[in-house]
Amino acid sequence: MTDLSYLDGNMLDGPLREIFAVDLSSATGRCANCGTTGPVAGLRVYSHAPGLVGRCPACADVMLRLVRAPDRAWLDLRGSTYLMVPMPLDQPHPGPL
Amino acid sequence: MSPGFQGRPRSAEPALPPGQYLTQDFPVLSAGPTPKVPLDTWEFVLTTEGGSEFRWSWDELMSLPQETPTVDIHCVTRWSKLATRWQGVSLDTLLDGVDTAARYALAHSYGGYTTNLPLDDLRGGRAWVAHTFDGGPLPAEHGGPARLLVPHLYFWKSAKWVRGIRLFVDDQPGFWETAGYHDYGDPWREQRYQGD
Repeated sequence: MTDLSYLDGNMLDGPLREIFAVDLSSATGRCANCGTTGPVAGLRVYSHAPGLVGRCPACADVMLRLVRAPDRAWLDLRGSTYLMVPMPLDQPHPGPL
Repeated sequence: MSPGFQGRPRSAEPALPPGQYLTQDFPVLSAGPTPKVPLDTWEFVLTTEGGSEFRWSWDELMSLPQETPTVDIHCVTRWSKLATRWQGVSLDTLLDGVDTAARYALAHSYGGYTTNLPLDDLRGGRAWVAHTFDGGPLPAEHGGPARLLVPHLYFWKSAKWVRGIRLFVDDQPGFWETAGYHDYGDPWREQRYQGD
């Protein structure tokens, strides 16, 4: 029997394109360790490293890792419970499906 | 040696792994704040896959047989530094008498950093817990009081501020290995990123 309760991940392409095309420095992140919530621009970033490491300004836990290879990039956000991204009101949005 | 015998001429450029350049200084790389670890509370803990723990205080580490490796080091950010001089305790010494069937190791550090290696790469005179660099105490910015030294792999495997090693039956990728970097990291095969 085919499970019809979920869609193929290809459907995320449009919604994620809308999110990741924005200026994330104005986004708000929540630390998965201590719950501190604040702007991505407020993270403490350690850049003399094999990748960029963004740490919570309150507890210093890692909230973001960004590794850039010539042909690929990895974004690790497991230390953040969410990123809240400001969206323009005048832009049509699909709402919950 | 007979006068005039020079042996094989050395090439002008030292052999470096592919994609690396030579540096004379010692760049400081860090993924976080530098932990300050007092020697009187410092410890190194080896934990087997069954949960058995083997602990060494600073004084106990110093009382173990010391080795003085001179090795080339290769950072994945492309600098290499040749003939660096260290002092430390071989992992062969620390693993001696540890009963384990594990095949993998995860080094963990003060400050939370982790990195994984096959256990075999910690054996055979190829890995040390190093506390002295170039004749002096290892500076905190370079991983002091003590860091792992595994020079045959990219230097991110040589965990700064090392606090212990956990042994596992299955591989447990570490801080950079879970964020795109290669699981093994052999500089001579240029294993920088996953899939390389």
